[in-house]
Amino acid sequence: MKSLLQLAALALGLAVAGAALAQPDDLAEINRLMKQGQHAQALDRVNALLATKPRDAQGRFLKGLILTEQNKITEAIEVFTRLSQDYPELPEPYNNLAVLYAAQGQYEKARQSLEASIRTHPSYATAYENLGDVYTKLASQAYDKALQFDTSNTAAQTKLSLIRDLLSTAGRAPRPGSRTEPPKVALAGADGSKSGVSALKPSTPPAAQSRAAAVQRSGTPSAMETKPAAGEAKAAPKAAEKQAERAGKVASDEVVSAVRDWAAAWAKKDADAYLAHYAKDFKTPKGEPRGDWEAMRRQRIAAPKKIEVSVQSPKVSMSDDNNASVTFRQSYRSDSLKAVSTKTLVMVRANGKWLIRQERVGS
Amino acid sequence: MRQSLVTLLLLLTLALPGTSSTVFAKSAKAGSGSSPEVLLNQAFEDIGRQRFDTALGHIDELLRMRPNFRLAQLVKGDLLLARVRPLHTLGDAPNAPADRIGDLREEALARVRAYRERPAANQIPRYLLQMRPDQKHALVVDTGRSRLYLFENDGGRPRFVNDYYISQGKRGSQKLREGDQKTPIGVYHVTASMPKRKLSDFYGAGAYPISYPNEWDKRQGRNGHGIWLHGTPSDTFSRPPKASDGCVVLSNQDLEALAKSLQIGLTPVIISEAVEWLPAADWSTDRNRFLEMLNQWRADWESKDTNRYLAHYSKQFDSNGQDLAAWSRHKRQVNSGKTWIKVGLENVSMFRSPGPQEMIVVGFDQNYRSNNLSNVMRKRQYWIREGSNWRIVHEGGA
Repeated sequence: MKSLLQLAALALGLAVAGAALAQPDDLAEINRLMKQGQHAQALDRVNALLATKPRDAQGRFLKGLILTEQNKITEAIEVFTRLSQDYPELPEPYNNLAVLYAAQGQYEKARQSLEASIRTHPSYATAYENLGDVYTKLASQAYDKALQFDTSNTAAQTKLSLIRDLLSTAGRAPRPGSRTEPPKVALAGADGSKSGVSALKPSTPPAAQSRAAAVQRSGTPSAMETKPAAGEAKAAPKAAEKQAERAGKVASDEVVSAVRDWAAAWAKKDADAYLAHYAKDFKTPKGEPRGDWEAMRRQRIAAPKKIEVSVQSPKVSMSDDNNASVTFRQSYRSDSLKAVSTKTLVMVRANGKWLIRQERVGS
Repeated sequence: MRQSLVTLLLLLTLALPGTSSTVFAKSAKAGSGSSPEVLLNQAFEDIGRQRFDTALGHIDELLRMRPNFRLAQLVKGDLLLARVRPLHTLGDAPNAPADRIGDLREEALARVRAYRERPAANQIPRYLLQMRPDQKHALVVDTGRSRLYLFENDGGRPRFVNDYYISQGKRGSQKLREGDQKTPIGVYHVTASMPKRKLSDFYGAGAYPISYPNEWDKRQGRNGHGIWLHGTPSDTFSRPPKASDGCVVLSNQDLEALAKSLQIGLTPVIISEAVEWLPAADWSTDRNRFLEMLNQWRADWESKDTNRYLAHYSKQFDSNGQDLAAWSRHKRQVNSGKTWIKVGLENVSMFRSPGPQEMIVVGFDQNYRSNNLSNVMRKRQYWIREGSNWRIVHEGGA
């Protein structure tokens, strides 16, 4: 999420909010320490200030920012929540709460905070821009559920990159409001050469530098700044997509090869090798105990003199890196039985090996 | 930008093929359909009236109830995204897999259509000519509309009770071969009940196998087996209109509701690609005509005039390998020894079969008495239309 530092600049505007105020000198010093990355000292100073003026809005706001910089998200949320309760007419605490909730992946809460922020201050551009991002994120979560993308992996990445986004890219060219790519891509774009993956690795952000830039660029982003960021953001996902596509191809090849091994073990009447293809948590067809099922399978595999099994036109669908389902035509022929059926195997990757979790036949 | 969402919904509506207003009445009020579908359609109506916040409210309420309703998640995504940028299509998710989006759009279309075009009162599917007195309900499936209609036997007259969204085979209907992933078209009945605990999660709340292939299917060389009515896996509320390997799939809550009306071995399941509805008066005429036809066959048998009796049989007749010539020889021989014959028919059922072949599937308890032999048996006949006459192509024990 964007613009925490944009808010730091705005926070100076709080001086007119009419709340109990600290001495400008104290605040300037705390601001300076924070900009230099001396968070612990800044926190000490602000705590000292709040010990004498516990209701001071500026001081509490700065404390929230420092805690955010220190990655103490829960404490920062606490500070901004109280602040928004004591000064419900201020839009900034709501906005920052939303940024923090978003960083935690709590987009519904982020949405409520931003809507509150806009209610108090209907022309607050930053909140609108953030709300656009939050709507986009919520929409993409709903789409994920609708379309059964894997959300579990990307959610973790989103959270990580959001925090880095907060610390390192605020104050750079702001993203256009309509951006829909995941934040990590924007980060890659903003960093220029880095790929999406390497951008996630925590390198120390050039904090002081970016903050200085932030102060100069407070306020609304200009069109000039917006354009290049959009261009970069567009280019990045294509490469990422291709990479993912390649990875998916490799994984689905592995799945097919595991299925062929399974069929081969069956055809060789090698019950041990055959059963080794089933995952620990394999769902037996009728919910019978695993032991009963294995005994039955051993008997069925041992009984015929000869077994032929072939797997035709397997179609793999990967639900994520470690879960797949594969559907194929299975031709089975033994001395007593010949059967062609459509079969679906639900597979899971455990210790680098694809195992069967569920086996289904027919309708 | 919101305007475009309205346009989208209009497109969705326009995509509905025109229907005869005598069969389907437009109605603002849905029947007693399942409430998730009602909420979904209320959301669509709100979108049409540009009340987007109310629409999102309906969707959120629906998703609290059924978080795994994927179509509702898609609409939620659209309603949220429409606040940020113009939408170009229903399900405007970036980089979405086209097939899954397509599936959800098809489902949306089927559900909107079912909501807006209700079966008109006093219209009866022409297939339900005669339910036997102990058949409490009948199911009629319209694969083209992704819909199952439940009728109650109200003193011999089918009375509409409810209708449900269904999924059919991945490759549509008119099943011919094992593994063709198609849903059969014809007259069947529920043959068994498989409880949830004996099934994998894939089948959801339970399964009810039906009698595919029936005698006519087998004669046509159609094969395959394991066509069931069944529920939905726990990870999704519903499946796309074309999703199964030939089974008719309902949401678990709908299957559970429907299960209360099913009688194993008895409840008819008639599957059509496009259900034909008749005004009650026409249905009544049809029904009397065919009951009279059956009665004429019975009377001609009693008359001992074997030629008159055999005139009811088609040249294509076949009963377990016995063709018309063999059947005729046998009947002439048996009838020659009779001084009198009495045939009573009870528990008569008559269902017109959907599909291009005009056919009626008749069932009855036959009480046969004569001077030298009496017996009682349950029989099934298939009558087909040949020119202006209806003749029997199959007759056998049921």
